[in-house]
Amino acid sequence: MPSSDAPAASLVSPEQHGLKKHSDGGWGLAPVQTRSARFASFEHSDFPVITGREAVWKLSPIAKFADLLDGELDGSAFPYTATDAAGVSISWIDRTDPRIGTAGKPEERASANAWTSFEKALLIRITGEDATEVTVLRDALGTAARAAHIVIEAAPFSNARIVLDNTGDARIVENVEIIVGESANLSMITVQQWNDGAVHLANHFSRVGRDAKLKHIVVSLGGSVVRLNPTTHLAESGADVEAYGLYFADAGQHLEQQVYVHHEAPHTRSRVNYKGALQGEGARTVWIGDVLIGQQATGTDSYEQNRNLVLSEGTRADSIPNLEIETGDIAGAGHASATGRFDDEQLFYLQSRGIPEEEARRLVVRGFLSEIVQQIGSAPLEERLQAVLEAELVGTAL
Amino acid sequence: MSVLEIKDLHVNVETDQGAKKILRGVDLTINEGEIHAVMGPNGSGKSTLAYTIAGHPKYHVEGGSILLDGVEVLDMSVDERARAGLFLAMQYPVEIPGVTNTNFLRTAKTAIEGEAPSIRHWIKDVRTAMDALRMDPSFAERNVNEGFSGGEKKRNEILQLELLKPKFAVLDETDSGLDVDALKIVSEGVNRAKANTGLGIVLITHYTRILRYIEPNFVHVFVNGRIAEQGGRELADRLEDEGYDRFLTGANVG
Ligand SMILES: Nc1ncnc2c1ncn2[C@@H]1O[C@H](COP(=O)(O)OP(=O)(O)OP(=O)(O)O)[C@@H](O)[C@H]1O
Ligand SMILES: [Mg+2]
Repeated sequence: MPSSDAPAASLVSPEQHGLKKHSDGGWGLAPVQTRSARFASFEHSDFPVITGREAVWKLSPIAKFADLLDGELDGSAFPYTATDAAGVSISWIDRTDPRIGTAGKPEERASANAWTSFEKALLIRITGEDATEVTVLRDALGTAARAAHIVIEAAPFSNARIVLDNTGDARIVENVEIIVGESANLSMITVQQWNDGAVHLANHFSRVGRDAKLKHIVVSLGGSVVRLNPTTHLAESGADVEAYGLYFADAGQHLEQQVYVHHEAPHTRSRVNYKGALQGEGARTVWIGDVLIGQQATGTDSYEQNRNLVLSEGTRADSIPNLEIETGDIAGAGHASATGRFDDEQLFYLQSRGIPEEEARRLVVRGFLSEIVQQIGSAPLEERLQAVLEAELVGTAL
Repeated sequence: MSVLEIKDLHVNVETDQGAKKILRGVDLTINEGEIHAVMGPNGSGKSTLAYTIAGHPKYHVEGGSILLDGVEVLDMSVDERARAGLFLAMQYPVEIPGVTNTNFLRTAKTAIEGEAPSIRHWIKDVRTAMDALRMDPSFAERNVNEGFSGGEKKRNEILQLELLKPKFAVLDETDSGLDVDALKIVSEGVNRAKANTGLGIVLITHYTRILRYIEPNFVHVFVNGRIAEQGGRELADRLEDEGYDRFLTGANVG
């Protein structure tokens, strides 16, 4: 504002816009126990029946996917197609494969149901040291309830970008283990552009090794319910994760992500940045960001943020950062969370240059989300997602 | 011959404590090609005047009028005012994350002209204008004002002024935060715009140093929401020597 000491207003800070509805900084939900102390088991029956009051379920529409929580699931190999790339092999492996269970262990009942039910796991193994890219497309999962398991193994010093591209119908609960070997460089992009009725519950468990780097990007656009919770263990010294997310919730859609980064080893680094837009009656998003800096994790550098842009009435965005620090010796740790409407100052600036209001809004939203799109690094996919976002925006009653 | 007339303008600003009266009857007429310097103490309402001309929604006009060639500006939306030929170089230009300067400039030019500029000419125009303002070409691909230094933001404002070619521009403390070289470069940009298009200018400033490079036709002293005195260039020098004390007796400041 034009007072002499105020800098240009930053995008969507809740204080500034006086939004009451969002639950930014829901400190009431801070874990009563240390995040790493959560109960974990591979067995569905080890978890109590879900009531909907549990911290991990209370913001999710559990009535919409009771079958995935407790029902019988088709755990057979799922249909997919994949592009070819040197240094990447894709195959089905048995439940007994020693790699399974090395990066993750279920911490809730749906995840355990998938674990108990899957028959074969899809292994995506990367050995090539020259940068390469592979797209795994799932577009024919159908409407029957499924369980799935995927293992992505990036061998030491390997370098690849894996795109998991999800479209069509789906009713699936799955676990994805991502094992990033020493000095490997892996980008993992998962795109949820499901059909309207789809339900997708997923847990991604990453274990990042010595001096290795993982870039993990979650793009959730289509589907009735998408709940994708990525956990990253920075297990060895020098491990690095950049976790990005981009979501656009329409009327009636529920898009959720519970992000957990565990700094276990010294000199590990994490950056978490999720951005979402909401429009239409009943559009609903949830972001929970837990960061735990363990006792051994000296010299840790960590920052997480979530920003939501509300485009219409009748939406709800929950945004809950939690930061636990168990060592005094860190390089930096911080978090930010904000949910708000358009920044009026940005609109004013664009309009004062002759740009009509609607077009100014579109520029601002596109700009807001493109920070994440630009992280993808694959030009065709970036263009496709820009076009999808464009279409979502054009549909906006601005 | 274009003219911008501000007549008996009264403006309130929305604050958390309710409406606050800021402008108390401003009268100012700017003809095409004229430069009017406006000087006054902090909080006297200079930026309020600037934002009101541009149509910022926080400022409520309680009385008076602003006419551009006889047409009521107060009835226009913010973007209509810009398309009618008004421009505000802001004291604190806004950062727009994710929107590149090139994209922004082209969108604005297209909106103002009513059609997209021919690509070849436009690219050349942008490059020439940036060169003249000694802006590194990388500023074209950076997001609008994001991470720009104070001085770089001011240059970016003048870049827009040169490219969008308005009839009248209000420059709100465009000189503050500029080092001597930048001050010269920016002043040259303003003078170029005036020479090329017959731009009329309201130049809000605290310092006479910019008036060494941009020669004002009139100097106005702005105190407590209105113009307290006007004169020529010599009035600015006098203000610099004496300050605003003689205008402030009885006026409530800030
Ligand atoms: N949004 C606002 N909320 C509250 N007060 C405001 C707001 N905008 C302006 N004011 C007040 O209105 C008065 C005039 O402000 P304005 O910014 O117009 O002054 P100025 O002459 O431009 O000052 P400066 O020389 O410091 O830039 C000040 O007292 C200021 O605090
Ligand atoms: Mg001011």
